[in-house]
Amino acid sequence: MPAVSKGDGMRGLAVFISDIRNCKSKEAEIKRINKELANIRSKFKGDKALDGYSKKKYVCKLLFIFLLGHDIDFGHMEAVNLLSSNKYTEKQIGYLFISVLVNSNSELIRLINNAIKNDLSSRNPTFMCLALHCIANVGSREMAEAFAGEIPRILVAGDTMDSVKQSAALCLLRLYKTSPDLVLMGEWTSRVVHLLNDQHMGVVTAAISLITCLSQKNPDEFKTCVSLAVSRLSRIVSSASTDLQDYTYYFVPAPWLSCKLLRLLQCYPPPEDGAVKGRLVECLETILNKAQEPPKSKKVQHSNAKNAILFEAISLIIHYDSEPNLLVRACNQLGQFLQHRETNLRYLALESMCTLASSEFSHEAVKTHIETVINALKTERDVSVRQRAADLLYAMCDRSNAKQIVAEMLSYLETADYSIREEMVLKVAILAEKYAVDYSWYVDTILNLIRIAGDYVSEEVWYRVIQIVINRDDVQGYAAKTVFEALQAPACHENMVKVGGYILGEFGNLIAGDPRSSPLVQFNLLHSKFHLCSVPTRALLLSAYIKFINLFPETKSTIQEVLRSDSQIRNSDVELQQRAVEYLKLSSIASTDVLATVLEEMPPFPERESSILAKLKKKKGPGAVSVNELEEGKREGGELNGGGERGGDSSAISTPSPSADLLGLRAGPPVTAAAPSAGSLLVDVFSEAGSGSLASYFQFVCKNNGVLFENQLLQIGIKSEYRQNLGRMYLFYGNKTSVQFVTFTTTLNVQAKPVEPLIEGGAQVQQVINIECLTDFSDAPLLNIKFRYGGALQNLTLKLPVTINKFFQPTEMASHDFFQRWKQLSLPQQEAQKIFKANHAMDTEVLKAKLLGLGMALLENVDPNPENFVCAGVIQTKAQQVGSLLRLEPNAQAQMYRLTVRSSKDTVSKRLCELLAEQF
Amino acid sequence: MQFMLLFSRQGKLRLQKWYVPLSDKEKKKITRELVQTVLARKPKMCSFLEWRDLKIVYKRYASLYFCCAIEDQDNELITLEIIHRYVELLDKYFGSVCELDIIFNFEKAYFILDEFLLGGEAQETSKKNVLKAIEQADLLQENFSSQSPHNCLSTP
Repeated sequence: MPAVSKGDGMRGLAVFISDIRNCKSKEAEIKRINKELANIRSKFKGDKALDGYSKKKYVCKLLFIFLLGHDIDFGHMEAVNLLSSNKYTEKQIGYLFISVLVNSNSELIRLINNAIKNDLSSRNPTFMCLALHCIANVGSREMAEAFAGEIPRILVAGDTMDSVKQSAALCLLRLYKTSPDLVLMGEWTSRVVHLLNDQHMGVVTAAISLITCLSQKNPDEFKTCVSLAVSRLSRIVSSASTDLQDYTYYFVPAPWLSCKLLRLLQCYPPPEDGAVKGRLVECLETILNKAQEPPKSKKVQHSNAKNAILFEAISLIIHYDSEPNLLVRACNQLGQFLQHRETNLRYLALESMCTLASSEFSHEAVKTHIETVINALKTERDVSVRQRAADLLYAMCDRSNAKQIVAEMLSYLETADYSIREEMVLKVAILAEKYAVDYSWYVDTILNLIRIAGDYVSEEVWYRVIQIVINRDDVQGYAAKTVFEALQAPACHENMVKVGGYILGEFGNLIAGDPRSSPLVQFNLLHSKFHLCSVPTRALLLSAYIKFINLFPETKSTIQEVLRSDSQIRNSDVELQQRAVEYLKLSSIASTDVLATVLEEMPPFPERESSILAKLKKKKGPGAVSVNELEEGKREGGELNGGGERGGDSSAISTPSPSADLLGLRAGPPVTAAAPSAGSLLVDVFSEAGSGSLASYFQFVCKNNGVLFENQLLQIGIKSEYRQNLGRMYLFYGNKTSVQFVTFTTTLNVQAKPVEPLIEGGAQVQQVINIECLTDFSDAPLLNIKFRYGGALQNLTLKLPVTINKFFQPTEMASHDFFQRWKQLSLPQQEAQKIFKANHAMDTEVLKAKLLGLGMALLENVDPNPENFVCAGVIQTKAQQVGSLLRLEPNAQAQMYRLTVRSSKDTVSKRLCELLAEQF
Repeated sequence: MQFMLLFSRQGKLRLQKWYVPLSDKEKKKITRELVQTVLARKPKMCSFLEWRDLKIVYKRYASLYFCCAIEDQDNELITLEIIHRYVELLDKYFGSVCELDIIFNFEKAYFILDEFLLGGEAQETSKKNVLKAIEQADLLQENFSSQSPHNCLSTP
């Protein structure tokens, strides 16, 4: 019992702790604590100067009380006093108190920093370590300001004791994490890197954490660490288990250091130097070989330490993604772990295999384990392991096994834990769509999903199935038949009613020939669900009913009867009442032609990235961070768009048609051909502007002037200029008709000067918009235009062609510089790549013109292949500058392009890639 | 590593070490949540779990749970052995450590941890070296205490 028997037992403290432990209730404990606090307060305030021992004891008691979870608002000064005691034990308690109860009182901080400064210069290693520990534990900005300059000196000084070096390295790491701007390595860099060669294993173990963190931020300055790390690793891996004495842990030589070395190497691409690379590959092979050797001990610590290194090595192999042989070996090793009796290993193997599945070299090898993984999904007793199995199934899914995997996931859903159901639903929906060969399978899968886990089917999922059915006429009849059957179940989920209502409203006619699903049967089936549904679903059903009147005139009287009933036409819900009134009126006064025009079949939806995928990314997954940033970009974009106008209103433009007058009756947004059956529901699917403007929007990526929009009434021309992060855009609104447009307004919350409210027939008015790019963004500002033409309100939402590339400053650079920078931007998320088919003729001159129009510098004689194009530029935003490099590789034979963009900011790479893929 | 918590089977927190700046309120919330989550898990379950955007690695030793929060890229198994090495250090220092040792000598538990881990990273993994550092400190303590027997206590 060393500690307790040592001279400073602090009996008072032990008694106090026993008292607390003996308290029978929370109240008793609080009472005892308050008594003690009062006692300590009086001692501290008392006339008698307290000796060091008592001060230490009371400070320690306060600390204990705080750690129990009570607030402490005094005692800081006494603790600070202890720091300057020359008794080690008092100093130590003082530092502990300060580390745990940091106080931002500036006077105190000055005193604390003074005490630390004294100890750092005391040359007493024990005191120095105490001071360094305190800085590392607190890690505040004030401390960084005071000591960030001094600590690197201590770290590399020749006469610093090893233990002090260790503390100094990690202390610096903590300060770097909180205040990277204050920690400047500069002249120390090379000496810090060389700590990897230090004889003392402890110094290397501590220093490497610092080096890894610094390398992540400044890979170029620290790149000499790669060869040092490889040789250090190689020495450890090849050493016998006893060579490293106390750094051997359960027969494994230096496991912590090995893991950290492998981790450091993951900050860099594979070594270019052949010898270094050869040595490293040898190390990795040795580690893989050792996994096959019989264990040197039965202790779990032995296998954990050994496998920790193995998993870290596999991470490195996956990171390099360039050694097919190692990747496949890694996969086989993980395959063995999948059936290991240790749950921990099974969990980690599933997790690690998920990343292996995305490598082209090991994807097939991963797939061979499908049965084991499915079995894990069914039999693992721990939900977190099952979750990993589901993730892996998702990752290994491709066209060849999609049906099997989707079926397994669906059957798992029936019993899945509530916590992971929503995610599972999204995954099934994505896989079903991605790998659908025949769309009837897709429809079946989604309907099954709704049947099994309807509560967890989010809007995105059922919107998506409708989009797909509408866009593919080969599946519409099947979909109608299937939903009709599904709706016959006595209890079906509301989401099923929504999908069913929508699809029968559009395509019910395709199954109406069968007397078992005649129009009236369909209607009665839908209407039997009506009363059990929520308001939005009822609204959707009402829209389906009016569509029925158009599709099947024989249902008209029945449906009008329903619409006319008090429960509809006098419904207390405004939306329902309005729909009932309007639909009733529409059905009774409009001619069949008008009705047919208004209630025409939905036009196909424009193809775009699945909104479900976006949702899954948001929920989880490696890209989670970048998606968050995207979302932020969106929000900022939202401010730019101002108002609530974000394309919420109907985005299609109504053209003058026989129905114009009728539609003008509506007070709200004009009803367009698409609107009635969509209600307000499906418009939400597209948070962006209407499809009409999409093509012309992309057309402006590489040019600044042209016609943005044109229909029978209106032409909008655009002229724009950009400098640095500022831009100015002139919009020209031309009235093509002979009648004037009145109450012409545009809504856009950038400094748009108001536009002339009246445009004479044949005339043109101009509007100027000033633009400032605050930060990078993906969504274009939306411009909402409203005017009256012959009494009818026209409403139009356009994406303004302001894209991130407008803010490019071209950067000229030589070939060498280009490739150096290219390598610097080597983190996977910094790169975005797209391979796509050529949309236009692959004419070199046209391509050059387009790339110049993009705003980057087109660099000649950089790429070894003269067919390829490389560009460089810096995007200027108010917040930051984002350097970007681009490489476009045309393949004339295949009529394909490969486009690669690397930027210092991942969202920018991604966005540029999206924009450009539409251009060539 | 972002933080380490030691708590008993009854959910009483015995040691807390935070390597990232958080408010007291946030710390209490995290502690409450994690203690509850970990205690609810069954014995044979795996020692790792995802929690918020962190990975939790925990292990039970007798009546105490040791629980570490690490970042996405950190290594779970080596963290498990960090916990074990810390337990070994406590065991060696106290001589077959039990929960009571940590309650009554909580300050020692913190000192040992600081010698072993600093800023959330392993500082010294050799058991001998860590214990040597602590013993040296204890020695300093004894010297000082023998120089100054609590004479101040006797003054009224």
